[in-house]
Amino acid sequence: MGSLKIENIRKSFGHVDVLKGIDLEVEDGEFVIFVGPSGCGKSTLLRVIAGLEDATSGEILIDGKKVNNTPPAKRGIAMVFQTYALYPHLSVRDNMGLGLKQAGKPAEEIKERTRIASAMLSLDDYLERRPSELSGGQRQRVAIGRAIVREPQLFLFDEPLSNLDAALRVNTRLEIARLHRQLKATMIYVTHDQVEAMTLADKIVVMNKGQIEQVGSPMELYNSPQTLFVAGFIGSPQMNLIEGAKLGDATAKNVGIRPEHIQISKTSGTWKGSVIHVEHLGADTIIYLQTDFGPLTVRLFGEHQYNVDDVLYATPDAGRTYRFDDKDMIIKG
Amino acid sequence: MAKARTSPLRSSLVHAALIIYTVIALFPVFLTVINSFKDRASIFRNPLGLPNETSFSLIGYETVLKQGDFTLYFQNSLIVTSVSIFFVLLFGAMAAFALSEYRFRGNSLMGLYLALGIMIPIRLGTVAILQGMVATGLVNTLTALILVYTAQGLPLAVFILTEFMRTVSDDLKNAGRIDGLSEYSIFFRLVLPLVRPAMATVAVFTMIPIWNDLWFPLILAPSDATKTVTLGSQVFIGQFVTNWNAVLAALTLAILPVLALYFLFSRQLIRGITSGAVK
Ligand SMILES: Nc1ncnc2c1ncn2[C@@H]1O[C@H](COP(=O)(O)OP(=O)(O)OP(=O)(O)O)[C@@H](O)[C@H]1O
Ligand SMILES: [Mg+2]
Repeated sequence: MGSLKIENIRKSFGHVDVLKGIDLEVEDGEFVIFVGPSGCGKSTLLRVIAGLEDATSGEILIDGKKVNNTPPAKRGIAMVFQTYALYPHLSVRDNMGLGLKQAGKPAEEIKERTRIASAMLSLDDYLERRPSELSGGQRQRVAIGRAIVREPQLFLFDEPLSNLDAALRVNTRLEIARLHRQLKATMIYVTHDQVEAMTLADKIVVMNKGQIEQVGSPMELYNSPQTLFVAGFIGSPQMNLIEGAKLGDATAKNVGIRPEHIQISKTSGTWKGSVIHVEHLGADTIIYLQTDFGPLTVRLFGEHQYNVDDVLYATPDAGRTYRFDDKDMIIKG
Repeated sequence: MAKARTSPLRSSLVHAALIIYTVIALFPVFLTVINSFKDRASIFRNPLGLPNETSFSLIGYETVLKQGDFTLYFQNSLIVTSVSIFFVLLFGAMAAFALSEYRFRGNSLMGLYLALGIMIPIRLGTVAILQGMVATGLVNTLTALILVYTAQGLPLAVFILTEFMRTVSDDLKNAGRIDGLSEYSIFFRLVLPLVRPAMATVAVFTMIPIWNDLWFPLILAPSDATKTVTLGSQVFIGQFVTNWNAVLAALTLAILPVLALYFLFSRQLIRGITSGAVK
């Protein structure tokens, strides 16, 4: 139970094609994260899966059953929204219980399931409060609780943490990871945040302009990006992308090298450059170099003392460069 | 900004302006009320004076209440006004929900069409309305008035409520859909409570013209059984003599129900008017 299959989903608003043929398979119990730039159609895809928008064409199968014409409440899903979307006039308890009440579940069962969910999320002290009397983090926990109570096969999260401050985001992220282990349910999660994506996901789906660029585990995406877009999108600081011609590489349009895969020396190396800026992050030092072929970012581990205008030599690690053709696809080998 | 707001000069100027406006607005009401408690001679001799031992008289109220039918007129006015408000709010909110929530062909044209009535007064169609009422046998019924007033109030209601409903979060409605609420429950249980201030605003803007209207009662329902208060008060205004005591007393009495309704809505109303400004 809880598997999801999407076949050639398209969605247009008027003349604007937002989703341009999406194929995706999610296995039972997987934690899948959608990432991509703003406006690429992540939320739209999530709403199509939930049944809040009808797909223009294509099929959605949840647990092997076609659900294109099933209303959202009957798809066995629950959704957590960025804006929490709690019912303002209902107490926390009633917010969590409303879905079950609508489904005609007996009061005893609703009470029991609410109790379990509120214990899981430490919401016991707030059950009688209204959403307006809660902090942002508590509200988001209630929204997650409302999803858990429904015992769905499939959880959908649309940027659930982006309205929280940094510390709370880390806590809630851990909480979601714990819930995923505990409930063993399938989860689909949209985020802008790379750290969230890399830490939570079994599988990351990188989207761009209404299409899937690549699907893979976090490390697959990091180590073997298939397109220029994925190479630039995954990893922070961004991969250095250099025009092949400037490096004397005739077959590759672009060559990529991650900042952490470059060694620095004061005396000799492949590329010569001068320091334009240094960032000390404690655990890392980020150096921005100006070279003959343009800017180059280098990430060194630990503390290093370099000054602006120092002349340095950079050497890429062997086998860590990526070459992309004129269609922005990776050149194998 | 914060400094400007607390500056005493600034705030006293604002208050002075508001007080002057209040006095101007309330003065006619005040005159009506004080004069309704005076005898006829004092009304003319000293129209601005407060009632005292010699001038105090309840003759106006006695005349009005003796007239007998006045309770009926009040009842008619109340029925017409409250039923009209109810329908204006119900249908207005439903149309506004459809316009703001659903994407369909001609959505904005439909919105424009529904709002057209704000600019074109319904009285232009009086003759046709009268013909229609005669044809359907609705002349001299309260139903006729209710129908006309509902039509009259709808354009503004649809216009205001559509704008307000656009502000209700999509996520909230979607959460309701996932929890299995029907579109009707989403409308009645999630959206309506959130636009309550706007509903109150619409209710007040709709109520006052209906309560004060003389035109349609005179044309569509002038019979004794269906007279409204405003029309009923006109019996005291003659071509040659006017019973001022009775007119003023009737008007004073007519203020009371509107005042009551206004207080009922006013808490919400203030939130409605200022909701765009603060937050
Ligand atoms: N109801 C709608 N009508 C018309 N266009 C829409 C509608 N909803 C979304 N779009 C368009 O579809 C595109 C994708 O929107 P979507 O909300 O899915 O992006 P997103 O990837 O979730 O972006 P973000 O990361 O900013 O949330 C956008 O260009 C948006 O303008
Ligand atoms: Mg989005």
